[in-house]
Amino acid sequence: MVDTAVERRAFADAAAALGCGLGVALGLVLALKSTDPVMAFHGSLLALAGLAGGLFILKSSFGPDGGKPADDEDYLDGPIKVATIAAVVWGIAGFAIGDFIAWQMAFPALNFDLPWTSFGRMRPLHTSAVVFAFGGNALIATSLYVVQRTCHARLAGRWSPYFVVWGYQLFIVIAGTGYLLGVTQSKEYAEPEWYADLWLTVVWVVYLLVFLGTIARRREPHIYVANWFYLAFIVTIAMLHIVNNLALPVSLTGTQSYVVFAGVQDAMTQWWYGHNAVGFFLTAGFLGIMYYFIPKRVERPVYSYRLSIVHFWTLIFLYIWAGPHHLHYTALPDWAQTLGMTFSVMLWMPSWGGMINGLMTLSGAWDKLRTDPVVRLLVVSVAFYGMSTFEGPLMSIKAVNSLSHYTDWTIGHVHSGALGWVAMVSFGAIYCLVPWLWKRRGLYSLRLVEWHFWISTVGILLYITAMWVSGILQGLMWRAYDSLGFLQYSFVESVEAMKPFYMIRALGGLLFVIGGLIMAYNVWRTVRGDEPVDAMEQPRIAAAPELRPVAAE
Amino acid sequence: MSYETVAAFSQVSSLLFFLALFIGVLAYAFWPGNRRRFDRAQVKALDLENDSNSRGGRT
Repeated sequence: MVDTAVERRAFADAAAALGCGLGVALGLVLALKSTDPVMAFHGSLLALAGLAGGLFILKSSFGPDGGKPADDEDYLDGPIKVATIAAVVWGIAGFAIGDFIAWQMAFPALNFDLPWTSFGRMRPLHTSAVVFAFGGNALIATSLYVVQRTCHARLAGRWSPYFVVWGYQLFIVIAGTGYLLGVTQSKEYAEPEWYADLWLTVVWVVYLLVFLGTIARRREPHIYVANWFYLAFIVTIAMLHIVNNLALPVSLTGTQSYVVFAGVQDAMTQWWYGHNAVGFFLTAGFLGIMYYFIPKRVERPVYSYRLSIVHFWTLIFLYIWAGPHHLHYTALPDWAQTLGMTFSVMLWMPSWGGMINGLMTLSGAWDKLRTDPVVRLLVVSVAFYGMSTFEGPLMSIKAVNSLSHYTDWTIGHVHSGALGWVAMVSFGAIYCLVPWLWKRRGLYSLRLVEWHFWISTVGILLYITAMWVSGILQGLMWRAYDSLGFLQYSFVESVEAMKPFYMIRALGGLLFVIGGLIMAYNVWRTVRGDEPVDAMEQPRIAAAPELRPVAAE
Repeated sequence: MSYETVAAFSQVSSLLFFLALFIGVLAYAFWPGNRRRFDRAQVKALDLENDSNSRGGRT
């Protein structure tokens, strides 16, 4: 008897094992043939990853229940668990590195005069770790969770979801170790060299196919709005990543490459990429989180579904034009600068429309803000989203930008978005996901969430207020003239004036790291299966779906 | 064809294109018949009625 499900499984296993074998072969060639030590190191990483993946596949294929087709009725949560844990681990690493370089700014001796620990190498390690490793894993975890639940369909593919998650971790390790060893193409937020970029492209295309394949087999006729945001994020990041990283490698076994664009075209491509990394990675993707986890956690539909549709289309059509505001008063043509500024100002509308939609979802359930710190994390994140999307357009106005650009104000702005919006909404989603995925009755401790919320909120406030003062002070000092028309201050005087603010900022960052550690402890205890210490205080929605008490009539 | 002609053409046509898209989105979102459809779809997608089912409310 021919069983197509069994055959399909065997084929998937064979194809996946073959893919791992190819990875091992390619990795070995690079490891043994390359004269570039970093490339040889990265080649051996690829070979090891391929070997581990291949062994795992063979073990599961010939193991006790090998040959049995997967139950198509169940959701596939294994890869989501991996990405959730990865988000927690990379998050703490990224916050800690960020705080370390914040202390370096206040006390330069902390650079240790070593190349690997210098600010220039640690800073891209921090930005990539928080944006791509922490944020990216939070997005992969939540998107794969949300698309299954809102489509009522199992993830497409047998091994491809695992490939997406583990392949993405390999990319992070290759990129991060590369920075420390001095490998970079010097494009902000796109530092990884050509070979890491190619690897990410493969992973990302598989991610897109898994996501689309799951939507294609949905049992709900309507595609829920969170999926639109996730899809816009995946598709746009693919486009941005490929175009901005077009480069010619010097040799196929070397790390070095040259970007194909030059001069102002390169700058414009870079900031088209850079701003849309903010718009589609750090905004659209996380709005997908907002549109699923807030209504789900408060157990009410989105305030206005129609507003969410308008929010989606206006946001994606406006964001893509805003990049040139990073290049005010540069060689970029004036009209392009004005275009970037105008579209940034117009973005106020969809951003605030979306913020209001998220906040008003709580109408009639405002008490949950007081009783459920997870709701508070989610809602305060949306408030920060509103604040930083108000500040952003303001700073894109040329006259304001002439004061704010190149100052710490920009750093403060980025962190009110990154810590306040992106990280807080991810924390909220992680606190929802962990008991749901591991089938627990609730979080180990809701009170620890409370501690996490307050410690990180205080940390964020210290951070952004210090950077506001410092940034505006810097901007004013740089432009101050004396009565004879000479600059009032030398640059180093402005550096000296920054010191107290750098210390406050580093202290705020330290609080944020501590908050992350509290989360990691809570997540670990929950995953381990410890009974919740405050089960009575947790809402019924905190439990996994199958363990939820039936709502009282 | 001069730069000015191309620029004027592309500017006006993109303006009209974006405007048409925006009106299209508004019409789709606010079409009276769609309201009930959206509301139902949303409640089903979020499993807001019955989430104690281990299959996430699948029937």
